[in-house]
Amino acid sequence: MRVLAAMSGGVDSAVAAARAAEMGHDVTGIHLALSRNPKSYRTGARGCCTIEDANDARRAADVIGIPFYVWDMSDRFHEDVVEDFLTEYAEGRTPNPCLRCNEKIKFAAVLERAMALGFDAVATGHYAQLVTGADGLIEMHRAVDMAKDQSYVLGVLTQEQLAHSLFPLGDSRKDDVRAEAERRGLSVAKKPDSHDICFISDGDTGGWLHEKLGERVPLSSGEIRDHATGEVLGTHEGSYRFTIGQRKGLRIGRPAPDGHPRYVLDIEPVSGTVTVGPRDELTVDHITAFRPRWCGTVPTEPLHGTVQLRAHGEEHRATVTVSAPPTAGKEDSAAGEDEVVIELHEPAQGIAPGQAAVLYDGTRVVGSATITRAVRREPRMNRRR
Amino acid sequence: MTQPRTAPGAVYLDHAASTPMYPEAVAAMTEQLARPGNPSSLHASGRAARRVVEESRETIARAINARPGEVVFTSGGTEADNLAVKGIYWSRRQADPRRTRVLSTTVEHHAVLDSLHWLEDQGADVELLPVNRCGRLEIEALRESIERDPDSVALVSVMWANNEVGTVQPIADVVEIAHAHGIPVHTDAVQAIGQVRVDFAASGVDALTLTAHKLGGPVGVGALVVRREIELTPLLHGGGQERDVRSGTIDAPAIRGFAVAVELSVARQPEHAARVAALRDDLLRRVSEQVPDAVLNGDENCSLTNRLPGNAHIQFPGCEGDSLLMLLDARGIECSTGSACSAGVPQPSHVLLAMGADDVAARSALRFSLGHTSTQADVDALAEAIAPVVERARAAGIASGLGTTPVSAAKAG
Repeated sequence: MRVLAAMSGGVDSAVAAARAAEMGHDVTGIHLALSRNPKSYRTGARGCCTIEDANDARRAADVIGIPFYVWDMSDRFHEDVVEDFLTEYAEGRTPNPCLRCNEKIKFAAVLERAMALGFDAVATGHYAQLVTGADGLIEMHRAVDMAKDQSYVLGVLTQEQLAHSLFPLGDSRKDDVRAEAERRGLSVAKKPDSHDICFISDGDTGGWLHEKLGERVPLSSGEIRDHATGEVLGTHEGSYRFTIGQRKGLRIGRPAPDGHPRYVLDIEPVSGTVTVGPRDELTVDHITAFRPRWCGTVPTEPLHGTVQLRAHGEEHRATVTVSAPPTAGKEDSAAGEDEVVIELHEPAQGIAPGQAAVLYDGTRVVGSATITRAVRREPRMNRRR
Repeated sequence: MTQPRTAPGAVYLDHAASTPMYPEAVAAMTEQLARPGNPSSLHASGRAARRVVEESRETIARAINARPGEVVFTSGGTEADNLAVKGIYWSRRQADPRRTRVLSTTVEHHAVLDSLHWLEDQGADVELLPVNRCGRLEIEALRESIERDPDSVALVSVMWANNEVGTVQPIADVVEIAHAHGIPVHTDAVQAIGQVRVDFAASGVDALTLTAHKLGGPVGVGALVVRREIELTPLLHGGGQERDVRSGTIDAPAIRGFAVAVELSVARQPEHAARVAALRDDLLRRVSEQVPDAVLNGDENCSLTNRLPGNAHIQFPGCEGDSLLMLLDARGIECSTGSACSAGVPQPSHVLLAMGADDVAARSALRFSLGHTSTQADVDALAEAIAPVVERARAAGIASGLGTTPVSAAKAG
């Protein structure tokens, strides 16, 4: 196969490219330039947007012995990932940009261009496993190394995309990948992992959002209110600084009457009102989500499996139902889109609209959807007050 | 050792980036590499090295009709451009503080442009004069700019020929207008030497940049040829080895290889230009047969007075230049998309944008540049590969949303 290996400059994608080449594929390495000005998004060696990272990727390609190019995806990345991230926050939701990047850039724009240029597949250093099922469909499963498993951020991939993807690291442990990089003479063997959002250079998401959204949503400042009494407890300078379930940084001078910490329960982007209350009020068991993307066939019957609600989050047992379009026939944008209803068997806390719910059947990824609403259906059994 | 230094079996069509060394230059340089001695030392070894340097200086001066004392060796074209632009600006402004203006063009090499931008931060008033659709300086714009306030102009810098689209600039006119007001002229002739006739004295320019690796010499050595009466403020301070304006141990082996290459390329220029221009014309004809909607960028008049003989800069509508480059590279055909930045991120060429191209058009072009090792077989290989490559790149361009200007099917047929 002719394989295009996306190389971030990190150890994982370098080893993935090396393995693809060793499997006998005709591999070409590319580094995605995601920022027009490589210094503007991130400094230091921990992201994937710097000149240094491009050079690390280039040196890895030299060592592996494959051709290497830089593809400028900065315009697409800005439109589809950065702008989307800002819009979502401005509207009171909590997006996952890595998932969005996989959906729109790596396995869409890059894959489409690769296919058009005559490549058969795109290889990345993601930790997830692909296997061909009995029905001939490609299944995606969690990685062997659960601590590194990235199937959650790949949950947006469709069968068509999976059929042209290679994840050569899915069966390996991170430590072994580092050791292999060392053995192969790849200089990135000891390079630290990237953790934060790659386009926010100092990791200060709130400050970055304030800088970018300050002008765009001048009216987003507002009041912080108590959930039960409606009492105004304080004010804030931008609702996008808050996430459902957030406890720190509320800057409320007075403690709650019961002495328990307060958490963000709700964000109303239009009025700017942020509602706070006790942790117990964060508890939900009924989640609705839209924009589902299925890795294989669309489930026709209620699915008894698990759901993961944030990156590196825990699994929750759930029953998932796909309902027919609620507004079929109407002209609005949601018409024709399936809605996904997730009933959690055990309640969960701090579920934010905008996050992705990724559905699993055992280790297999069934699909994903974007959370629109999370509420409590079952009566609360353990209320303290 | 006499083989050109290109990748084995490669069809090398990127001579404007760097052209293979002449075997004679390699021999001369390696011979000198084996000899000890710092040209600034006073003993016999030092004197022997100095002799090599001075003979090389005389060789280069003779080849371009300059005086040996006018040749200042540098580490290459970029340093020579920096030295000319900053060095002349500083000296001229120090002599008369009213001289704050530097006039140049929008299509200069980054070595000049970035030096100018830096001077701007130091308080200079930089004016980048427009070019026409061929990439040639609008000479009347220069005249108007100078005549508006001649006493405020420190320097005019206009390249002899453009590195991307090969357009030859009207240097004689530039010199005539500038000299009428006593303003010195610098020209970056990196792409011109060995391709078109360059006579330093006859041209009237006050300073001229050349570099070895574009004309069959080694990388890492070049020169600023500058009239003795022009005052230069140094960039590099130290031993003052070169006329007290350029410090650093003199690189005798590289200079020896440089001199041999200048001598050969200038001596062979008429025959070389005719041969390479014929190959280039064939390349253009064949590419346009294979890809009928391909467009030649730069001057359509491909005579030596207008365009460098080895330059073919072609726009392929609906394609991304870097897709084309990658597909050709996979077939062993090596060319360029234009200027690359340090991260290797392709940016739309400032030259094409200055010539009036839009962003999409500027990203859909390739530069093929032929040189002394180019053969008919190279052109044949490109002619054979280009149609399927363009077809594929066009599909990829459409996949990535490129080509807001739809590709006309009728034209392609």
